[in-house]
Amino acid sequence: MAKKKVGVLALQGDFEAHRKALERAGAEPVEVRTQADLDSVDGLIIPGGESTSMLKLLHIENLFEPLRQFAGQKPVFGTCAGAILLAREVSNPAQESLGLMDIAVERNAYGRQLDSRIVKLDGDVEAVFIRAPIIRSAGPDVKVLASYNGTPVWAEQGRHMVATFHPELTADNRVHEAFLRKI
Amino acid sequence: MVMNEDFRLKTGLAEMLKGGVIMDVTNVEQAQIAEKAGACAVMALERVPSDIRKEGGVARMAQIRIIREIMDTVSIPVMAKARIGHFTEARVLEALEVDYIDESEVLTPADEEHHIDKKAFKVPFVCGARNLGEALRRIAEGAAMIRTKGEAGSGNIVEAVRHIRTIVKEMKQLTVLGKEELVHEAKKLQSPLELVEWVAEHGKLPVPNFSAGGIATPADAALVMQLGAEAVFVGSGIFKSSDPEARAKAIVKAATYYRDPVKLLEASEELGEAMPGLEISKLAESELMQTRGW
Repeated sequence: MAKKKVGVLALQGDFEAHRKALERAGAEPVEVRTQADLDSVDGLIIPGGESTSMLKLLHIENLFEPLRQFAGQKPVFGTCAGAILLAREVSNPAQESLGLMDIAVERNAYGRQLDSRIVKLDGDVEAVFIRAPIIRSAGPDVKVLASYNGTPVWAEQGRHMVATFHPELTADNRVHEAFLRKI
Repeated sequence: MVMNEDFRLKTGLAEMLKGGVIMDVTNVEQAQIAEKAGACAVMALERVPSDIRKEGGVARMAQIRIIREIMDTVSIPVMAKARIGHFTEARVLEALEVDYIDESEVLTPADEEHHIDKKAFKVPFVCGARNLGEALRRIAEGAAMIRTKGEAGSGNIVEAVRHIRTIVKEMKQLTVLGKEELVHEAKKLQSPLELVEWVAEHGKLPVPNFSAGGIATPADAALVMQLGAEAVFVGSGIFKSSDPEARAKAIVKAATYYRDPVKLLEASEELGEAMPGLEISKLAESELMQTRGW
């Protein structure tokens, strides 16, 4: 079977770590920086990094609308900053987002870097939180896949998925594999 | 190479900054301009390096009030500089909860033999290096990110290029050596054998490798990234230029599209005047910042 071609939005952030995680999970990663790159892939990961930097670059390169259109057809998975971009609503501070999943997200909600942490979720999934956001509310169509401290940290809605932590910074492929099953 | 939980979180934040631009800022207004232009982090300091160079005197950690104001205003990570070896300045910055500390040669060194024991801190550190030995010594002390030193405040990219080329070349050379040769190399590099062996096996540093010191244009940023840097720090280059907002945005674009000449052309148009540059060879040895650190 041919490998699934999965894009990693490579404007800013830990796209290289996602590229390696996709390889480990048996997919063919493609770094996405242009509309042509986007047209060539079957699914897209929006990585960790700074959501404000990524938003700025999405607008400079006129990729914001094409990305929304892509998401109307194909699966998108956002981790940390990527989850912020997928949300319907963003706070602390309020900012624009793609609105692909019915979740409200608060940025930097655990605090600063000194509040970053590594924890074990149910099912022994290791979760690396770095200046992470918190999902403050999720609509009825959102399925929560894992929680920490009483709030969802891994969730899906239809073809899309978010994690507020960084599965790409662990050797465990299960989260990426779950996304690949959507493609 | 022990990757404990603390160290994974420290390098983890550095991973998030890759492909981005970290901008020096001296007040809240500059920090807002940087964030709006797409900076992935800001470095809070009292004076940008070109002013430190011009005005002289002792350069110290920035005023706490200013760092705090910047932290309260922007949503991106805030870094701050401590003097080389000044572990109590670093403790103050850690108590303030800055996101990263730069143990920096741009400030006047506080200790001419020792660097800070960075492993003893929970906050991550970035340190400058001119060559692989220096980079590995800093990592051995606990640095979670390395950047080239370049020559800060010069607006001249030549030293940053020299440093990134040196580090990349020295790493490549290690990958072809045998075990017994690595023992000898570790001695020459004045670095722990364990780290030398790690680099020989992987062909890269065990922490993210960024570039700083003299970056003044989008093309400068793209140059050091093509040579192997994973992100860039821009100091005086932005706020000493004639149009900081446009230049900040252009360098952000260049850090993403560093391999795409058409995009670099777009980023290089209508930028106004770059900061004035200095000829490094005309500087006296005592005026160099890059020779600080041991």
